[in-house]
Amino acid sequence: MTWNRKHLLDIESLTADEITTVLDTARAFKAVGERAIKKVPALRGKTVVNLFIEPSTRTRISFELAALRLTADVINFTADASSLKKGETLKDTARNLEALNADIIIIRHSATGAPHFLSRFLHASVINAGDGAHEHPTQALLDTFTVRERKRKIAGLNVTILGDILYSRVARSNIWALSKLGAKVTLCGPSTLVPRVFEQMGCRVTYDVDAAIGDADIINLLRIQHERQRKTMFPSINEYAGLFGLNRDRLSRTKPDVLIMHPGPINRGVEIDSEIADCGRSVILEQVTNGLAVRMAVLFLVNGGKGPQEIAP
Amino acid sequence: MEPFRYLMPDPTVILNTSSLQRALARIAHEIAERNDLGTEVVLVGVQRGGVHLAQRLANFLSDIWGQAVPVGSLDVGMHRDDLGQQAAPKIRPTVIPFDITGKTVVLVDDVLFSGRTTRAALDALNDFGRPRRIQLAVLVDRGHRELPIKADFVGKNVPTSLSERIDVRLQETDGEDVVYLEKQ
Repeated sequence: MTWNRKHLLDIESLTADEITTVLDTARAFKAVGERAIKKVPALRGKTVVNLFIEPSTRTRISFELAALRLTADVINFTADASSLKKGETLKDTARNLEALNADIIIIRHSATGAPHFLSRFLHASVINAGDGAHEHPTQALLDTFTVRERKRKIAGLNVTILGDILYSRVARSNIWALSKLGAKVTLCGPSTLVPRVFEQMGCRVTYDVDAAIGDADIINLLRIQHERQRKTMFPSINEYAGLFGLNRDRLSRTKPDVLIMHPGPINRGVEIDSEIADCGRSVILEQVTNGLAVRMAVLFLVNGGKGPQEIAP
Repeated sequence: MEPFRYLMPDPTVILNTSSLQRALARIAHEIAERNDLGTEVVLVGVQRGGVHLAQRLANFLSDIWGQAVPVGSLDVGMHRDDLGQQAAPKIRPTVIPFDITGKTVVLVDDVLFSGRTTRAALDALNDFGRPRRIQLAVLVDRGHRELPIKADFVGKNVPTSLSERIDVRLQETDGEDVVYLEKQ
């Protein structure tokens, strides 16, 4: 049991032990969500700010509900209805939120490193809810939580991440978390979206879908991040669906106990066929439930033990 | 800490294996005496020192009442009043696989000290239902209460100074049944 961090900025800097601590803590918080009374007073009197400079529904709602279940007060701050539109800088926005005595600031931003930047001058705890194509730590934690719960282990498993890797912060955080915990990660997708450079992170890179999913224990599907792509990365959506989409035919050539995961939102008929998304091997909705527990655990852990400057970031 | 144990004054044994066993047997009989309807009693051990003690009391009580007594475990980490003053505590499993509403819940803990853990346990228990009554059983009451809380069943009252430490070692976790009083 080790956790002395004031912030959660990325998975890259966490140890395997710290990741396991989050997962173990999340297991207890998942049990809280299954009770008739789903609320505990752990963050009573604390103020949590959701600072979402990039659109998000499920992550914001998940963090909001997690904070409410811990009895914190929550403020939601979204880019389109904010002073950022009036020309205020991110630093000034964050300083203003801190002037309201916010204890924890959860930030999503399109720029890589935005949470790290805030953590350098804020006294509040900073949690990264996705920064550009860099990292999305709580998504990786909830994915590993789901894998561990279903497979009873992580070390030694074959995990295949299929789709748009280049523009995916989910992929990067998952690669860090899974490899630190001893899983073997395979990446697959169009060659324009899965550069060989990922081999330096210890992953196997292949452009042959059947080879990628044949021995997989987990298939994690990623959406095509159109909003981040600056140019056309493949000819057409239909071609992508045909070459890389998970359908019944491809699934029939995988291990019978393979789990299908997806961070959402899913695009039915593109990266995953509708019937596969709803089949028994899909744990997509379990991921949502587990996300709540993991975010409660993260809020609980970063809140522990800090007078503003006592713990180094 | 362990490697430097030899530097500290010898700890005093306040309960040895047989006196610890007798204390638990007596507490079980007192619980049975106070609650004549065994079917209405459930035991809940407070993580983590109380969990094994609750199981042992349940074994005694099953013999006395001739029926199984439900045992649960409760972690109070999310209900503590010192969160934010120290690093987040390790959360251990809370398992209460029965309905506590209308029952007599006997909370079991190893050491009663400030009373703050018990207060947190009372709050945590509240989230699971509305018991008929809650009673408190502890192996050692060392005094220094900071809240108006009192145990119903006590294995041994031990007057201590604040600088002393009570170390409860149980067969299940430490390989021996003995309670030490250590000077710091």
